[in-house]
Amino acid sequence: MADREYLARASSLTPAVSYVRNALLAFLVGGAICTIGQIVWEGFVAYGFPEADAFAPTAVVMVFLSALFTALGLYDQMVKRAGMGGALPITGFANAMVSPAMEFRSEGLVLGTGARMFQLAGPVLVYGLATAFVAGVVLLVLMGRGGA
Amino acid sequence: MTTTMLAARRIGRQTTRLEAPPSIGTWASVAGEMEAAGPLADGFDQSYSMTEVATLGPTFEQAEAGLLKEAITRAVGKAGRSPGDVDRLFAGDLLDQLVTTSFTALALDMPLLGVYGACSTSAESILLAATFVACGACDLAMAATASHHLAAERQYRYPIEAGVQRTPTAQWTATGAAAFLVSREGPGPFVSAFTTGIPTTKGVTDVNNMGAAMAPAAADTIATHLGAVGASPEDYDVILTGDLGIVGHQLCRELLEERGVRLDPDRFKDSGLLLYDRHRQDVHAGGSGAACSALGLAAYLLPLMAGGEVHRALLVATGSLHSPTTSQQGLVIPGIAHAVEFIEGAGR
Repeated sequence: MADREYLARASSLTPAVSYVRNALLAFLVGGAICTIGQIVWEGFVAYGFPEADAFAPTAVVMVFLSALFTALGLYDQMVKRAGMGGALPITGFANAMVSPAMEFRSEGLVLGTGARMFQLAGPVLVYGLATAFVAGVVLLVLMGRGGA
Repeated sequence: MTTTMLAARRIGRQTTRLEAPPSIGTWASVAGEMEAAGPLADGFDQSYSMTEVATLGPTFEQAEAGLLKEAITRAVGKAGRSPGDVDRLFAGDLLDQLVTTSFTALALDMPLLGVYGACSTSAESILLAATFVACGACDLAMAATASHHLAAERQYRYPIEAGVQRTPTAQWTATGAAAFLVSREGPGPFVSAFTTGIPTTKGVTDVNNMGAAMAPAAADTIATHLGAVGASPEDYDVILTGDLGIVGHQLCRELLEERGVRLDPDRFKDSGLLLYDRHRQDVHAGGSGAACSALGLAAYLLPLMAGGEVHRALLVATGSLHSPTTSQQGLVIPGIAHAVEFIEGAGR
């Protein structure tokens, strides 16, 4: 079997993934996380926060909940089934920070937790900020000084 | 010296026959919770729940060394010996610079020759131990290996608690350890010949499909061994590959069929498929890890041979010789497979 033929045969033997089931689970779980976020936000607004100011404490609560469920060993079990439904919201980002922080505690607080905390989240930050910068420059050029 | 006096004889570039086959008289295996819930559960000397494994050491790495230490101590104990009686320890694991092995030998005060063959370490250690014993370089040698699912995950993949979806071709690194005591005299099973593998690739770079990366090496080694010893697949009651999993095992069978070597599915087994029940346990394509083939040998093949149900068998342990660095640099995964032939006492 030539290499190309072999690689094709290997892919054809790969067990099928149910994309429909994955998409449905991602939709339901991602939707549920967002609904919880909405409820928390409504709570802060009901408590007296102006609507725009309620986003920051909402994010703090969601990040805390994600960190808690990560520490309890439940968040990864959820993402295993729900995929991007659990990975994409801010809670997924918190999981990506907390899990290496826990994992590398055994190598110390500085070289372990401190150095490795951004192992998964680092690329998201780097390219997220880079993209924001480029988008900002484009906006500046198109809309003129001061933006929209 | 005439050739008849040689204890080991070259019968091919890669293959050696041991004229006075050393005996693997005693062996021991210890395993984790997932393995103890699998089909080979009865074959382990000891199994540990997740929390019990954690008591073997404060870190995953130290727990892995604890597993290896336990397997070695039990194997020598069964022979009525102590680790101090073993002349040479051939052992390896998957972690960093063989730290599991080194720290175990440090704790047990054993003369160590560290072996790195990734998941093929079991066969590589056994063939080295058998050769040393056959040639008289030592009287009592031990071959051993270990892996720990969580220690391997954190080194090769993602943090344990990170939410990640595994691909269907991914395999589950086994938690466990096995040790095999090799001596010149003994009841057997005996190591009669072996074939050393050559690193092989057909271009697989996906670290989540190591079965496909290793299958060409397994096929090459099986064909080479059969050719060198002049045997056909039917001469073996069992041909046991290491950790090809569901995808790699099928690919290996097809590669061999292309060469005209047909393997009977009832005799062609894979430790990665024996260790877990894929339909019941969430291991995707099957088991892997240095302990996988070692547990298959200790809990499945050797007990069958000792019980007289299997008379001649071939262990073909398979390994992926990549590192996270080479994979991130886009290099192929070199596969390797070493074959060790076992015969029962009566066949000697």
